[in-house]
Amino acid sequence: MDLNDIQELIKFVAKSGATEVDLEIDNIKISIKSPAKKRRGTQDEAPMVIHQDLTQVPAAITTLPPTIVNTANTEKNEIVEEKTDHLLTVKSSMIGTFYRGSSPETPPFVSVGDEINIGDTICIIEAMKLFNEIESEVSGKIVKILVDDSTPIEFDQPLFLVDPS
Amino acid sequence: MFSKILIANRGEIALRIIRTCKEMNIKTVAVYSTADKESLHVRFADEAVCIGPPSSSESYLNIPNIIAAAEITNSDAIHPGYGFLAENANFSKICGENDIKFIGASPAMINGMGDKASAKETMKKAGVPTIPGSKGIIKDFEECKKLALKIGYPVMLKATAGGGGKGMRLVWKEENLEDSWDSARKESKAAFGNDGMYMEKFIEDPRHIEIQIIGDKTGKACHLSERDCSIQRRHQKLAEETPSPFMTPKLREEMGNAAIKAAEAVKYEGVGTVEFLVDKYRKFFFMEMNTRIQVEHPITEEVVDFDLIKEQIKVASGIKISGQNYLPQLHAIECRINAEDPSKDFRPCPGLITNFHAPGGHGIRIDTHVYSNYMIPPFYDSMIAKVITVAQTREEAISKMKRALDEFVIEGIKTTIPFHQKLMLSKAFIEGKYTTKFMDDFKM
Repeated sequence: MDLNDIQELIKFVAKSGATEVDLEIDNIKISIKSPAKKRRGTQDEAPMVIHQDLTQVPAAITTLPPTIVNTANTEKNEIVEEKTDHLLTVKSSMIGTFYRGSSPETPPFVSVGDEINIGDTICIIEAMKLFNEIESEVSGKIVKILVDDSTPIEFDQPLFLVDPS
Repeated sequence: MFSKILIANRGEIALRIIRTCKEMNIKTVAVYSTADKESLHVRFADEAVCIGPPSSSESYLNIPNIIAAAEITNSDAIHPGYGFLAENANFSKICGENDIKFIGASPAMINGMGDKASAKETMKKAGVPTIPGSKGIIKDFEECKKLALKIGYPVMLKATAGGGGKGMRLVWKEENLEDSWDSARKESKAAFGNDGMYMEKFIEDPRHIEIQIIGDKTGKACHLSERDCSIQRRHQKLAEETPSPFMTPKLREEMGNAAIKAAEAVKYEGVGTVEFLVDKYRKFFFMEMNTRIQVEHPITEEVVDFDLIKEQIKVASGIKISGQNYLPQLHAIECRINAEDPSKDFRPCPGLITNFHAPGGHGIRIDTHVYSNYMIPPFYDSMIAKVITVAQTREEAISKMKRALDEFVIEGIKTTIPFHQKLMLSKAFIEGKYTTKFMDDFKM
């Protein structure tokens, strides 16, 4: 796989809308993370290639498409259309930068599958140099986290999907 | 020059600012409340950030949210437009503290000109003609009575923290003075939390003529001539024109120089407007100074051929002005189209615009943020479009305005287009013989 192939792959990932792709071809491991598009009118940003292991460059490029493991959606491998009608959406009441934990070293406040109660700290939103701990106004189970760590968010932006049952 | 400007406003002015920024290759960030999701300014900006729910206080007036939006988008300047935070000294200060250039006046300037009583004193000291009246705030009723006798009735009692006509009383005779003094102070305290009053001679049947000025960081200012804004209803302007039909070259020179004196006295930086009242003898008196871009700025743009938003941005980035004054080369008129029913006392009519077709052609300019199938939200002011016509003579500008208004289609809501059509046919307007009393006698 040469640089051109990698560039083509990056473009493919960006177009596919997938947010995270891990790829293994022969002796090469490539991991691509695409930042989620938050705001209307934002230019398409090139996904960041954050991890590349080139142990050996193969002589020929395979014509078969490589197996792409898409980790962006559900735990299962197939894309399941989730019934979200009964789920509550926790939306942002602030503008700033969303953080899942209080620092890069500490674990996130909540993860998918966690049970939360009203008043539990679920994330931090940083604005104007102030770190605001956001408390949950609902109780239930975290079904999905809709925003990546360290991304800018706006008012009313959906952050978490919670199952109140 | 700035690389990214956040526009802290909505509606037609937000779009107006975005257009100039695009021409200057400056990236734009729109902010919007949830009610303005489908607004044009949101669509045409490079980036947009939702900053709150529909209510203005929680969105367009929400300083922390707007600063946060500037932060996450890395904007290096904020343009406040007009209204909302445009003359909020606190906002100007906070922008500075957060390393964001506020494209408007400094906190000191806003405070200086916002306090009407002290603004007047500043102008007096600078040699700008002011309306005869009290020296600052009136101490007590005794002083009030003595002053009224000295100035001569009729007198106007005004609240120093006032605006929008609140805390104002017109007194024709001495026997009404005490009552008016008490009720004006009460009203002012309730509306602004401050019952300080000052007094002025009441100018009968004045014209409201304002001068556009621009000042740079070196303290130099120049003027771009006048706008006649006498057609007002409850102190809200309905239509404006330049040059003023009441103007003479001599008066323009005197008023222009007075406006420059006013601007340079406070070392004004940016675009601003000095408002004057002009009596029937063509004596003019300082009324107030607005430290922002005004709604009616397009008519000046059309007759001097300058993009005032561009000049405003240039000055804010440190570029010096030419130092020249600019006189009108053409004649321009603006009609403000509001979502109001002129036959029902200008009652607001928000709602869905089912059909929208703007007029066009030579000498017609439309500044608007609405379009077919746009839902006018009920949370903000009712202005939906400005029709501006420009021509070589006043007669032709009026003729173009008549034609443009006839062509303007806005269906689904009531608008003030019928009012403006009637205005263009009114004898007093056609003859240019109108004062701020005009709307008192006008009947739909």
